[in-house]
Amino acid sequence: MGSYESELNLKATELRLGLPGNDEPEKRSCSLRSNKRSSLESGVEESRCKTNVNSHASDSTTTSDHDQDSVQPAKVQAVGWPPIRSYRKNSLQQKKVECDGNGMYVKVSMAGAPYLRKIDLKVYKSYPELLMALQTLFKCTFGEYSEREGYNGSEYAPTYEDKDGDWMLVGDVPWNMFVTSCKRLRIIKGSEAKGLGCL
Amino acid sequence: MMNYFPDEVIEHIFDYVASHRDRNVLSLVCKSWYRIERWTRQRVFIGNCYSITPERLIRRFPGLKSLTLKGKPHFADFSLVPYDWGGFVYPWIEALAKSRVGLEELRLKRMVVSDESLELLSRSFTHFKSLVLVSCEGFTTDGLAAIAANCRFLRELDLQENEVEDHKGQWLSCFPDSCTSLVSLNFACLKGEVSLGALERLVARSPNLKSLKLNRSVPLDALQRIMMRAPQLADLGIGSFDHDPESEAYIKLKNTILKCRSLTSLSGFLEVPPHCSLAAIYPICPNLTSLNLSYAAGIQGSELIKLVRHCVKLQRLWIMDCIGDEGLGVVAMTCKYLQELRVFPSAPYGNPAAVTEKGLVAISMGCPKLHSLLYFCHQMTNAALITVAKNCPNFIRFRLCILDALKPDADTMQPLDEGFGAIVQSCRQLRRLSLSGRLTDQVFLYIGMYAEQLEMLSIAFAGESDKGMLYVLNGCKKLRKLEIRDCPFGNMALLTDVGKYETMRSLWMSSCEVTVGACKSLAKKMPMLNVEIFNENEQEDCSLEDGQRVEKMYLYRTLAGKRKDAPEYVWTL
Repeated sequence: MGSYESELNLKATELRLGLPGNDEPEKRSCSLRSNKRSSLESGVEESRCKTNVNSHASDSTTTSDHDQDSVQPAKVQAVGWPPIRSYRKNSLQQKKVECDGNGMYVKVSMAGAPYLRKIDLKVYKSYPELLMALQTLFKCTFGEYSEREGYNGSEYAPTYEDKDGDWMLVGDVPWNMFVTSCKRLRIIKGSEAKGLGCL
Repeated sequence: MMNYFPDEVIEHIFDYVASHRDRNVLSLVCKSWYRIERWTRQRVFIGNCYSITPERLIRRFPGLKSLTLKGKPHFADFSLVPYDWGGFVYPWIEALAKSRVGLEELRLKRMVVSDESLELLSRSFTHFKSLVLVSCEGFTTDGLAAIAANCRFLRELDLQENEVEDHKGQWLSCFPDSCTSLVSLNFACLKGEVSLGALERLVARSPNLKSLKLNRSVPLDALQRIMMRAPQLADLGIGSFDHDPESEAYIKLKNTILKCRSLTSLSGFLEVPPHCSLAAIYPICPNLTSLNLSYAAGIQGSELIKLVRHCVKLQRLWIMDCIGDEGLGVVAMTCKYLQELRVFPSAPYGNPAAVTEKGLVAISMGCPKLHSLLYFCHQMTNAALITVAKNCPNFIRFRLCILDALKPDADTMQPLDEGFGAIVQSCRQLRRLSLSGRLTDQVFLYIGMYAEQLEMLSIAFAGESDKGMLYVLNGCKKLRKLEIRDCPFGNMALLTDVGKYETMRSLWMSSCEVTVGACKSLAKKMPMLNVEIFNENEQEDCSLEDGQRVEKMYLYRTLAGKRKDAPEYVWTL
């Protein structure tokens, strides 16, 4: 499923403090835009920005990969944007927190780690969230996911044991299906990962 | 000529005039009509609770039965108004209670409602029938318990999207056995549990119950029993739909649903199992005119699409963007009577299967009756908006939110001025408009030129100069509410036509270029306006210099003068 490629675009989670257009090769047009943007964005950055303002804004949307870019966080991050009622916002987030004892805790092991961890799968709504949590927990990075090659270009890859006892690569099946069939997780090293990717 | 008719005849004629606007017009015709109108007026709408004092309102309309009040500015919904700004309902209830007004209905939006005010309300008006609270805060389930216990003829308790503290006091059990008058009960926004037994008994003794919206604590088996007792329900909000598809409870529910032939409106699904199938609902879908799945976060796009295929009579659809462009195509093919569509983002910053301009174009092609739109999307194009404008000239409300606020036309990289321009030019009845995406002053030129019926305009991260705001202020004669954030509009725009603000309900400007000095000057020139600036600076240094930029300003016309309940950070100039 091609959509998972873009879901796992972890570039979105990188902290960026650079100037607009810094790392994008394509810079189409508009002195108009940069004039306005600098005053607006400095306003945004000054007063209300969260730390990772992706200020390479519209330039990145000029790339052809609309799918990938559409997943990145909003280019303007400011209080009260997007304009969703706080009740609605809280309600969406609450679904993660209020799992009242019916949490879906699974063990997570990593090759070489002294002890295992446990995480509640119900807390996450999608693969990117889960992967980000795992990377934070174990201080490792997974590469870019692709159907063809698994997690390419990284030291580690996430795998899980399913209901049938088989070890599967995280990310192949729809999220909900994964959540209901995952019995435990294991983070394996790159060399092992390549093996899996070739299956 | 009309003066030769006895008052009773004129009163009788006025009975047929219901709308607030028409009533207001009647009262201006002559003194005797003013007098008759005020004695016969039963329903009053106050769009800004600080525009008039409760005492003055009661003096003019002693026959008041139904009052609607709105408190905080609209941007309070998006956390832009600091805590404790105001909008307290207590003084209103206190004043009404002291008077001899026979209040029967109270509808509040964005107000602070304390338990104390609910208790006072419940004890002061014997014939109180209807309480509707939308986006309010400040109360707990204790206040609800007072309403339940004391309002003997309660017909309606409708809580929409309020922040309510749960005190686990079994408020629902406080409805006495003698209470059999309920027509509408909505507690979907409550987080805590209710006594299921009390709920079922309440439903059983309420033969007139037409609308019931449960919260997520009500499980499937209770839902089934409730539906059995209330086959007359027209409007149902399902709390928890979490079930094991093989369970007896689910099979029972499927059968019970088949019997609910009166259901025309469905909402909720606040808790769903993974891979939730909505097949149980398919049999009643052909009857539905209203469907709100905007809080059903667990339901996948593919399942939404399957469901929508059955909803041929739908007039109102609130849904999440996981339905995707493809799903909106299915809506366009199926829901030929669609009038109102709202598409909400399933995650605040987007979702890979979300909607784009393609979905909106599809809708416009398939749903010619569409007049109200709220659409959160990842991208938009001028071409799409021009097409939409051509296909749907009947828009009354058009609110477009491109999640990346500065994003231009996704194909041409141009600002979206032409697209929105086409909307205002084609939709001559447009009353409400929200803009987003990259926009220059040009869009405001179009709005000022064409949006003759526009009453409310919301602007964010748009425009290039004061000219933009001036186009709007000069052109939109019927403008009542203008709210602006993060735009380069400054003092010149603010001060060019100060008289305009007396024709409007309110103006909000935050993160713009207006200064303290300009606001002071405006306040001085216009004594009928309250000009509030919010100084949220943590420092004790309270002196604001004239040249300083104002972070947040809210001004509104008022007959009540400077309000006495403003918190410290609000400066009324």
